[in-house]
Amino acid sequence: MAKRAAPEVNAGSMADIAFLLLIFFLVTTTIEKDKGLLRSLPPIDDSEVEPPIIKQKNLFTVNINRQNQLLVEEELMELKDLRQAAIDFLDNGGSENAEGQKCDYCQGNRDAASSDHPDKAIISMKHDRETTYEQYMDVQNELVAAYNFLREREAKRLYKKFYPDAENVYRAMLDEKEKNQFSKDTILNGRIEVIKKLYPMKLSEAEPDKN
Amino acid sequence: MSKFKKGKQGDLPAISTASLPDIVFMLLFFFMVATVMRDSSLMIDNILPSADQVEKLKKDRTAFIYAGKPSAQFKQLGTEPVIQFNDAIIDVDEVKPSVIAAQQELTEELQPKFVVGLKVDKDTHAGLVSDVKQELRKANTLKVMYIANVKTE
Repeated sequence: MAKRAAPEVNAGSMADIAFLLLIFFLVTTTIEKDKGLLRSLPPIDDSEVEPPIIKQKNLFTVNINRQNQLLVEEELMELKDLRQAAIDFLDNGGSENAEGQKCDYCQGNRDAASSDHPDKAIISMKHDRETTYEQYMDVQNELVAAYNFLREREAKRLYKKFYPDAENVYRAMLDEKEKNQFSKDTILNGRIEVIKKLYPMKLSEAEPDKN
Repeated sequence: MSKFKKGKQGDLPAISTASLPDIVFMLLFFFMVATVMRDSSLMIDNILPSADQVEKLKKDRTAFIYAGKPSAQFKQLGTEPVIQFNDAIIDVDEVKPSVIAAQQELTEELQPKFVVGLKVDKDTHAGLVSDVKQELRKANTLKVMYIANVKTE
């Protein structure tokens, strides 16, 4: 038999096939970005050291019961009032910290019956086993918001001049740190540390009672 | 003189579409590479709570722990909230070996920055979450992120 040249394959529909595949992948791709509240758990401490005594006035207790009700400093409270109450407590600055410094940046009403210094102020949170996770997260969110509010205020006071256009100075600083994660900016990191030190996050969680 | 004859003027030459498949293929490959197929199918209901003070999560150093009530197809698991890790339902005391194994899989420089992402259904009771957290403390993986939807007001 005579050898015949194979006819050329028509490649005109290649684009159509590729488009079809492209559209399939376009539709199925979801570029999801997870967000959430980042917290650090306390390490397990086996040492038998006596824990330091914390004065009642430096402790802000938040209890959530199984009906998802909030008991803040032994008083019933609505969730929407929690943020302001936490801010007032942290920002009180009634006395001195461990080094004997007064809180000169606090703008609270310096009530002697409330916290001495943001360094010493501790928020203690406890929940029941039957509390819903949603309520737990709402409370966490409000408490983190209280810290963020105060840190934002201090960032604005100290570093507004470096971020004249930013609406939220602290946010802008953190965003910039995120962007420069491969080239460390020591000045910026130092500034963030300064602000974190002004209002250190001391949020402790007690384990729910086992019954 | 007329060495450089001008061609017929007037009708435009057709635009060549020969490179169109190449362009499309390029896009196609980009999306094929960028697509991550979901690696674990959830056996539980997972409606996340919402929060507005959120931070971004870095995926390269994270292992996820899911918790919630078993979903409709998995009724045989009961109605009590359970914990899921990767593809399997696990007990509370299996959390520790699982997260340690997940941490070992990371590259050396990321291991100290290991984060556990907790994707917990909002109707779960918080006692289960605190059990998980207790296990994480035992495993010494102390960075935790409570994954939440971003609240929009």
